[in-house]
Amino acid sequence: MANVAANHSSHDHDHGHDGHHDLEALRTMGFWIFIITDCIIFGTLFATYAVLMNSTAGGPTGAELFEMPGVIAETFILLTSSFTSGLAVLSMNRGDKKGLIGWLIVTALLGASFITLEVTEFLKMIDEGAKISTSAFLSAFYTLVGTHGIHVSIGLIWMIALMLQVAKRGITPVTKRKIGNISLYWHFLDVVWIFVFTIVYMMGVR
Amino acid sequence: MKITKLSDFFVTGDPLIYGADVAIGLTMVAIVVALTAFKRWGWLWREWLTTVDHKRIGIMYVIASLLMLFRGGVDALLMRTQLALPDSMEFLKPDHYNDIFTTHGVIMILFMAMPLMFGLFNLTVPLQIGARDVAFPLLNSLSFWLFFMGAMLFNVSFVIGGSPEAGWLAYPPLSEKMFSPGVGQDFYIWGIQISGIGSLMTGINFIVTILKMRAPGMKLMKMPMFTWSVLSSCLTIILAFPILTVTLALLFIDRYFGAHFFTLDMGGNPMMYINLIWMWGHPEVYIVVLPAFGIFSEIVATFSKKRLFGYGSMVFALMSISIFSFFTWAHHFFTMGSGANVNAFFAVTTMIIAIPTGVKIFNWLFTMYKGKITFELPMLWTMAFIPCFIVGGMTGVMLSVAPADFQFHNSYFLIAHFHQVLIGGVVFGYFAGLYYWWPKVFGFKLNDKLGKWAFWLWNIGFYVCFMPQYVLGLMGMTRRVSSYSWDTGWWSWNFVSTIGGFLMGIGFLFQVWQILHSIKFMERVKGDPWGGRTLEWSIPSPAPFYNFAITPKVEGRDDWWRRKELAAKGVQDPPPKYEPIHMPKNSGTPIVMSLFWFILGFGFVFDWLWLIVPGAIGIAATMLYHSFNYDTDYYVTVDEIKKTEAKAGRVV
Ligand code: HEM
Ligand SMILES: [Cu+2]
Repeated sequence: MANVAANHSSHDHDHGHDGHHDLEALRTMGFWIFIITDCIIFGTLFATYAVLMNSTAGGPTGAELFEMPGVIAETFILLTSSFTSGLAVLSMNRGDKKGLIGWLIVTALLGASFITLEVTEFLKMIDEGAKISTSAFLSAFYTLVGTHGIHVSIGLIWMIALMLQVAKRGITPVTKRKIGNISLYWHFLDVVWIFVFTIVYMMGVR
Repeated sequence: MKITKLSDFFVTGDPLIYGADVAIGLTMVAIVVALTAFKRWGWLWREWLTTVDHKRIGIMYVIASLLMLFRGGVDALLMRTQLALPDSMEFLKPDHYNDIFTTHGVIMILFMAMPLMFGLFNLTVPLQIGARDVAFPLLNSLSFWLFFMGAMLFNVSFVIGGSPEAGWLAYPPLSEKMFSPGVGQDFYIWGIQISGIGSLMTGINFIVTILKMRAPGMKLMKMPMFTWSVLSSCLTIILAFPILTVTLALLFIDRYFGAHFFTLDMGGNPMMYINLIWMWGHPEVYIVVLPAFGIFSEIVATFSKKRLFGYGSMVFALMSISIFSFFTWAHHFFTMGSGANVNAFFAVTTMIIAIPTGVKIFNWLFTMYKGKITFELPMLWTMAFIPCFIVGGMTGVMLSVAPADFQFHNSYFLIAHFHQVLIGGVVFGYFAGLYYWWPKVFGFKLNDKLGKWAFWLWNIGFYVCFMPQYVLGLMGMTRRVSSYSWDTGWWSWNFVSTIGGFLMGIGFLFQVWQILHSIKFMERVKGDPWGGRTLEWSIPSPAPFYNFAITPKVEGRDDWWRRKELAAKGVQDPPPKYEPIHMPKNSGTPIVMSLFWFILGFGFVFDWLWLIVPGAIGIAATMLYHSFNYDTDYYVTVDEIKKTEAKAGRVV
């Protein structure tokens, strides 16, 4: 079709000629809207959980199942990882590539230990006979908490992919936007977890 | 489901289905042979399957949705044939009738109306706001292919595995494993889920496009009305579709993992599903009708040669409808025991929506008043819409009166009402839009005479088909019955209704003929065949792939009209000064990723791990591939712009 003008590299978007939109700003806005839709997904799951939370159908209740020490540990780990992801962004803004990758590694490790704890907790509950098919309450519990867990896992894979990209390309407008987005996503998951912690666990053990 | 015999996999036992098998097989062979014979595979891949050009994506949406209109229409006529000949011969057996009303409803709403709407978004919005493209061209292509694969997944259920038969909204417990043990319901879940993700992304894409990519000077209150309607529809999409995603996911978890969200036992709550599905379902009908309102606004102004009356109130009406649509969902189950106060609340909110809708209708009428009206096809469809929608709206208000609904509920009165608003509002509206923008997209007008035949057949057919159904509803005929006895006195009304259905079918055939005829004997048009008012008419038809050689500077509402007025006064545009244009490259990622979604969905339907795993890995791999790909755009040189513009007959 057309010739590629050789003097334009593919990612120098900041020279504003006619009708040329700042692509990175567009993408950031798109990502924010995506987060809104994700909020609605979690909102719907929370609503479902709230409706079904007492429908234990004679099966085990939250008070019988939940073990708070583990959950509190998970909470601390996730909150810390949110903090370290913030440090990663700060390093990025300073132009410190090593710091950026370093803090991302710390964040990813914390995220991975969160997932490990959560999976062990689930396995233990299943072992005690509390399966997703045991009652409507447990269906809602596993689905809500599990959806959060899947989000964190996807975030981990994505974070690793981004570390590789930063290592290869350094800090450019594109990688900057991508890192900004994942850190937004990570904070968002943190906020969702706080709701999980209060609505599912705190209200559950009461 | 465990497949032990081949007949568990291929649906058997019905001549209709063998007919479909043969037809599908022959069509596929014909397509493959034709592409090979004319050496068109490479062309198809390069120019269409991998395109990120919003105009081409729009065309593909339109083609796919017209095919779906055909399938949904055949379903409708099969049902109507059965109802015209009750008991004397069993044309459709009851369970087959269940299959057909379910697939008809799903296809018409999700695989016909939605994609036709997205097609019009794609064909029009970037051109109307003076943009080179949508905000995320690659995502746009992905949205299309997800819709397409979802629709295909849903459609194969007719010949493979078996169709869903729990109604278009799949109420549990009917849709649960216990009462729908086959794979039909799983096809339903995955077909809609996959295409629904595509719809959600289209919503995000067009919101960003409209908010961020308008030509310089186009303030929000200078935007064309269609663009406003798209914005309101997309806002509704991003708020409503996540609810659908979750609802279907929960139903899937029930069926697949034996969970108990909506089952009757173990604490499940079917009513939860009904609330959730209508929190999406009611906004959904506004999602599809709002753009139709935008289309009418454009057409009325253009063909009355006047500016739209009451622009500000139109914007306000669109936005308030998109918000209010979220507070009415419970009117779909007034009879399910929510209590008087709840019913009263939802009855009132429902009636409130009639107000902005009424405002819009008056605005259109005032725009026409004292205008120089020309009755071209788009205008005819608009004029036909107005009375149809008024009657449909009034019967809707009748349904929203909670006590009365105890009488009308689930009767043919309801069927007549929602077809009146869906056909009169959505289908007529999108037809009007297609006729209106057709010359823009293809560079030629559609034949007028054949179009008028189609128009009258559709319109007369519509009233003949649906007016009797109001009567039937009042006589007590309930929906979703495949037969009735002669002593009910329903036969004559049903028979007339069926004749109307077939008239609409013939109308559709006239439209197909009209398109084929016009392709053969077309007469090329220039950029602005209707005397348009908005920016899309300021560039050649069809638009060059980069849309605007020079980004327009907008100064007023109906900016193209303003510029034409200036030109008539002798004010000349300065000679164009071109600059390289930044464009996205074509990509195979969207279609490949969507194929993996299809594989994943098919695997889940049959619970085949050997398909689920590669499907999931494929999706993740294409996603990562995309994340690592930084080579996604290029520049169009000034030379090439000049050549393209000169070919379209422009001064360069
Ligand atoms: C073109 C002429 C059409 C005819 C003759 C027709 C006819 C029918 C018939 C006979 C039924 C089944 C009624 C029952 O037994 O309960 C039905 C249901 C339905 N139709 Fe149509 N239809 C047409 C167009 C449309 C369009 C354009 C849409 C949407 C955009 C649509 C959406 C639906 C829905 C949602 C249902 C309910 C399905 C269910 O009960 O689950 N129809 N239609
Ligand atoms: Cu409704």
